[in-house]
Amino acid sequence: MKNKHFSKYLVMFVILVCTVALSGCKGDKSQENTNKAPTTDDTSSKESGQDADGEVTPIYGGSIVVGITQDLDSLDPHKAVAAGTNEVLFNVYEGLVKPNENGDLVPAVASDYQVSEDGKEYTFSIREGITFHNGDAVTAEDIKYSIERCAGLLEETDPSVKVESALSNVKEVNILDEKTVQLKLEKGDTEILPYLTCAIVPANYDKLDTQPMGTGPFKFVSYAPLESFIIEKNEAYWGEQAYLDQVTFKISANTDSAFMELMAGSIDIFPYLTDDQANQLPDTYNIAEGNMNLVQALFLNNAAEPFTDEKVRQAVCYALDRQAILDMVAGGRGTIIDTNMFPAFTKYYNTDLTGTYDYNVDKAKELLAEAGYGNGFTFTITVPSNYQYHVDTAQILVEQLKAVGITAKIQQVEWNGWLEDVYNGRNYEATIIGLDSNLAPRDSVERFVSTAKNNFINYKNEQFDETFAKAIASTVDEEKVEYYKQLQAYLTQDAASAYIQDPPLLVAVNKKLAGYTFYPVYVQDMAKVYYISE
Amino acid sequence: MKVSWNRIIGAILVGIVLLFVIIGVFYTPYDPNAMNGAAKSQAPSLLHWLGTDNFGRDLLSRVMEGSRTTFFVAIATVAIGGTIGTLVGALTGFYGGRIDQIIMRINDGITSFPSILLTLVIISVFGIGKYKIIWALGIVFIPSFVRVVRSEYMVQKEMDYVKTAKLMGASDVRILFLHILPNIRPILVSTITIGFNNAVLAEAGMSYLGLGVQPPDASLGRMLSEAQAYLFSAPWYAIAPGVMIVITVLGLSLVNEG
Repeated sequence: MKNKHFSKYLVMFVILVCTVALSGCKGDKSQENTNKAPTTDDTSSKESGQDADGEVTPIYGGSIVVGITQDLDSLDPHKAVAAGTNEVLFNVYEGLVKPNENGDLVPAVASDYQVSEDGKEYTFSIREGITFHNGDAVTAEDIKYSIERCAGLLEETDPSVKVESALSNVKEVNILDEKTVQLKLEKGDTEILPYLTCAIVPANYDKLDTQPMGTGPFKFVSYAPLESFIIEKNEAYWGEQAYLDQVTFKISANTDSAFMELMAGSIDIFPYLTDDQANQLPDTYNIAEGNMNLVQALFLNNAAEPFTDEKVRQAVCYALDRQAILDMVAGGRGTIIDTNMFPAFTKYYNTDLTGTYDYNVDKAKELLAEAGYGNGFTFTITVPSNYQYHVDTAQILVEQLKAVGITAKIQQVEWNGWLEDVYNGRNYEATIIGLDSNLAPRDSVERFVSTAKNNFINYKNEQFDETFAKAIASTVDEEKVEYYKQLQAYLTQDAASAYIQDPPLLVAVNKKLAGYTFYPVYVQDMAKVYYISE
Repeated sequence: MKVSWNRIIGAILVGIVLLFVIIGVFYTPYDPNAMNGAAKSQAPSLLHWLGTDNFGRDLLSRVMEGSRTTFFVAIATVAIGGTIGTLVGALTGFYGGRIDQIIMRINDGITSFPSILLTLVIISVFGIGKYKIIWALGIVFIPSFVRVVRSEYMVQKEMDYVKTAKLMGASDVRILFLHILPNIRPILVSTITIGFNNAVLAEAGMSYLGLGVQPPDASLGRMLSEAQAYLFSAPWYAIAPGVMIVITVLGLSLVNEG
């Protein structure tokens, strides 16, 4: 094997070195780009820069390529766990209601709905003339089937279906007539609506895993694992038609390779630019800036030594200089958070918690000493390798933790391994990830109820569980808000995890395109993107 | 032995690299993992001779540290592959027979897989990390040693000095390791050198793929992997470890092949 393989490796690196040498010539150019102020609006802006100029005429037609950096975990919307999958499937599926860009829930498959006063009965009218992508009309049976599937009420449920625990409150789904469906709840719940964004699928259709079929503005064309997910315009869509004829979600192994393709011009929209990449972007792209609406944290496995000790967890919180992290990985953008909710939930977000764990090395050391770890300890941070942002954050944390005597090691794992071992297996010490959330405030905190299936940090606090039950049961708005703030306070005071930030979302959008829209939830809405006239 | 210019140049290159690594053990200008937000992605300067990376870490220090890690992995890999490979090769070559045939067929089987693929399979069983990569690469390197050593032993065992030793009643172990082994030294040394080269590149390749040395620790491959995203904005980041690998491999090849 000797010479053959030797030359193979050598060729590999000669190519690499050549690339480096060539890039030397381009250096100046990208430097210029840095100086140019990128077209960005403040974080509250909903549209990409192009629209701000006004006078843009949308053109129907054309196809684009959107870069994504993780493979889809399932094409079945009720099985998909990953935020990266749901953001793509948003284009294909709709629920009875769906979120709009302001975070409001608007009727989708249902044309309107009534809620009874006690919050126990929800009546939905099916939209007139709405059809699945194969042309079949959406029937009351389909809706009953879909809701029951999501809620785990079907007699035979595929075990891999992710049962939405918030829907466990649904007692029964009744078909009142051909066009009307009624949900009966065990207990009054005014917060269930955001969960009824759960995708409506054809009843007893067994090809959801391979041939997704929904009612959304785009229909499924093809999917090649680790390669691409292609959708095309649904001409029969009930609402505003999509502008583009076809959208290809191109799956890259990581942000680096996606960025290479961006530089080569083969990707039109790429939603996960790093700060450095944004500075290097060729001037054929605009940068749209928003918030990711994720809770990025160093999640600590509360059942793993030494994180079983609250003081150790608090020490870790104090040891993190989060402003330095933002400066390093996000160019100072991003929002520091102190609890498991992102600030976009202005109504519920508990601002009193801000500053609970301001950077304080002495305090951290003190707490460690009290917990009996005066000489520090060693632990492993497991990070999914496809998220460079989290890997970079991890590297900074390792350095910061050194200052208080804690030795952290980084273990990179691929995404599926992360889901299996960390998220589902809970076999880890600490991990860095961004948690997304549904539009309901409960979605951000419900996972920390001690019995929740997705309580992957093994958080246990009886008071928390009680308060959560009260929050759900409450039908008085102010009371509800208070309960949610209290829940966040528990998470912060117990230092359930070391919360870091809501990362900035920098999106590269080809200058020929406009209409890229930010949502307060994690979705990539392609129906609003269009080519602008020359 | 006539000393060629190639050898001299090679020796100088290897000497530079070794000096660099040895100094790195005792002294680096900065802590290789220390971050400095104020000095992010700086071009080479008097303060930072090779520039800094996206965390403001000094690249010279990191290349020193990284070369050491990479060399450690390479040496350990060759030690594992070389020891086991030589042992198996010597036994099979010397004794021949059915066992030899079976082992060589297994050997052929292993060699028929691309070595990167094979390493990936072993890693998927062992897991990733610095020490696991050493074992994975070590195993992958065994067949090449077996093959070379075996064919040498097959030739040597027919030589007169071996027959003489046998007639004098020397034990097999003595013949295997005290009589034959020194006689195949030249070929073994060059196999080891080539193996070392391959191991440097393999470590770089594996760490580049994120499977070897884990961040924030530096290794040459790891650094290249991290530098990839900054090829356009901070080309010096990739140049430093890249040039280091080229110098090492080139130097050793020149020394070896003359």
